[in-house]
Amino acid sequence: MLPDIGPTIPGVTASASATQAPSIAARAVSRRFGDRQALREVSFEALPGELVAIIGPNGAGKTTLLSILGGLQKPSGGEVSRPPREVGWVPQQTAIYAKLTVRENLKLFARLEKVDDPAGAVERALELTGLHGRADDVLSELSGGNRQRVNIAVGLLADPPVLLLDEPSSALDPRQRERLWAFITGLVEGGRTTVLWSTHDVGEAERHADRVLVLADGELLFTGSPAALHAEVGGVQRDFEAAFVRFLHKRGH
Amino acid sequence: MRHLLVKDLRILRRSPLLVGLLVVYPLIVALLIGFALTRGPEKPRVALANEVPETASTINLGGEEIDIGDYAQRLFAAVEPVEVDSREEAVELVESGDVLGALVIPQDATRRLQEVVNLGSVGGEPPQVEVIVNTQGPLQGSLVDSLIQTQLLQANAALSERATQAAAQYLDILLSGGSFSLLGQSIDILGLQRSVEVLEGVKQRLPEDDPQREAIQEVQTFAQLAVDNLDFSDEILSTINSPVQVETTRLEAGSATLDDFTIAVAVSVSLMFVCLLLAAGMLALEREENAFGRLVRGLVSRLGVVVEKLGLAALCGGTVGGIMLVGLAVFLDLDFARAPAWLAALALASLAFGALGVLVGALARDVRAASLLAFLLSLPLAFLALVPPGAVTGVLSTVIEVVSAVFPFAPTLEAVQAAIAGDALLAPLLHLAVLLVAFTALARIALARFGAT
Repeated sequence: MLPDIGPTIPGVTASASATQAPSIAARAVSRRFGDRQALREVSFEALPGELVAIIGPNGAGKTTLLSILGGLQKPSGGEVSRPPREVGWVPQQTAIYAKLTVRENLKLFARLEKVDDPAGAVERALELTGLHGRADDVLSELSGGNRQRVNIAVGLLADPPVLLLDEPSSALDPRQRERLWAFITGLVEGGRTTVLWSTHDVGEAERHADRVLVLADGELLFTGSPAALHAEVGGVQRDFEAAFVRFLHKRGH
Repeated sequence: MRHLLVKDLRILRRSPLLVGLLVVYPLIVALLIGFALTRGPEKPRVALANEVPETASTINLGGEEIDIGDYAQRLFAAVEPVEVDSREEAVELVESGDVLGALVIPQDATRRLQEVVNLGSVGGEPPQVEVIVNTQGPLQGSLVDSLIQTQLLQANAALSERATQAAAQYLDILLSGGSFSLLGQSIDILGLQRSVEVLEGVKQRLPEDDPQREAIQEVQTFAQLAVDNLDFSDEILSTINSPVQVETTRLEAGSATLDDFTIAVAVSVSLMFVCLLLAAGMLALEREENAFGRLVRGLVSRLGVVVEKLGLAALCGGTVGGIMLVGLAVFLDLDFARAPAWLAALALASLAFGALGVLVGALARDVRAASLLAFLLSLPLAFLALVPPGAVTGVLSTVIEVVSAVFPFAPTLEAVQAAIAGDALLAPLLHLAVLLVAFTALARIALARFGAT
């Protein structure tokens, strides 16, 4: 764990920061692709049981930031407090094998994760995601929503303290989306798991996030609650999406 | 890695079409090759239009009647003759493709042949037979043309031998005396040896100072000289009959036969397709299903993924190659005592092809692109490796040699052939090992581009 994340972290209250050790923290994380600076010294921390949404326009660096937190990419500069093995990763597109059953997929990744009790971990993941009834179905026979649940279940197998989700609800219909959020909010209850997710849907961020990180052009412009973002632009906007757009305009994006 | 291998095998098991192709294809190839090699070549069908009347089918050679039909049978020893009545009918059959070619023997063939072999008919036109081939199938046409030309040469040689024997008989009569039949009449010949004796008797009866003694002595000397030299005539005639004789020397560079080569080609082609497509496809599948990023973020190293795909290729390629060799051993005389050498060749060849497949899979974005790339790459390179040394020269030859050396097909062919024939295996195995290491390293470098899904 990163020993010292810095004296002040934007958007984290001083009391919370002082009393709770962060589940995950990034310090001055940068990423460069050739001439393009995808991330510019991004620093933040997330506390146990927090739901943190990463929002921003296209090309802001949301997926890049999550990839670095999840260990899929190495940062050009800066550091992340947790090693990849301690972080659950759920990519935007399902990263599981279509010709295997739900149970076979979970068992495979449980073994690769080297969890102590693979069979137990599979049963727990099936229980958590409500997929017991479909455990022996081949993945290609499942709906997009159920596949996404398996995708998330794989990310949870090692019981990670931090779960990263890249656009988790983008391919789901409203009913599936609601079930997904019921499941995710269930995960953070009790403060055991921290969830960070990237999304284009700022309304979803407003509804479910304890905190939002606003990224634009690789720069972290804001961290705080949705209400704080609203207040940042004077609180005159009717909805959160309008406040978000106004905030970006105000900051020159 | 073991879990990934089990996963891949499970995925393969659930792809019945692919598994069917992987198992059934080499079995069918093995069976076909086995049947082809054990049955031997089929005789091509060739039409025969023999326009020589039955009553005129013999010639007289040295007082002996020879039936030309006997020589025609020799001509058809290597083909399946289809007898027809006329040249037109023969042409029709060739055009329709019922026969691959035709041979037309004209009416005057025996008469002309008689004139040629008659000792008193020097300068007669030799008989001319006609060979008809269909050039629509250039390969078959060329094959039949060559076959009939060869058989004609053999028939000519047989007739020539018979004529030589007749000439030797005449010379023998000339030398030793005797009788021979000409136009139904028996003629007695004194012979040179007896002439010398007769001349000696006449000379003895003449007085010592008779001037005719000298003339008789000259004739006697000439006759003796002819006797002495004609004694070698049999040997000289037999030399003229076969002026050039062939002795084949086989250098012991290897003991592989044509059958071994055919088997090695079949096994190498199967290994190439199975290993290359499997390794390329299964690695591309990891990325197509977005699982690669999930795997390499701490669960398995990139090199681990490469090694697992190599293991899969070696397992499947070795199994397929093994099935083929065992299948062929049912038909052909393959020595099972060389099975360890077969295994070594199959294992290293599968790994080398697998490494190339992994490189292809690392370069392509998805399974379809990987499969297409593998096909596009492998077929022409395998074809180049089959170009015989010496068939092309100069820069092109060097280019082909280099390209064949950096692609696993040629060393695989060499290794499998050596393993079957019991020849030295170390060099092709080392070659394959070098390619395995090189392609694995390149694949690992290519995979470094991919992290995020």
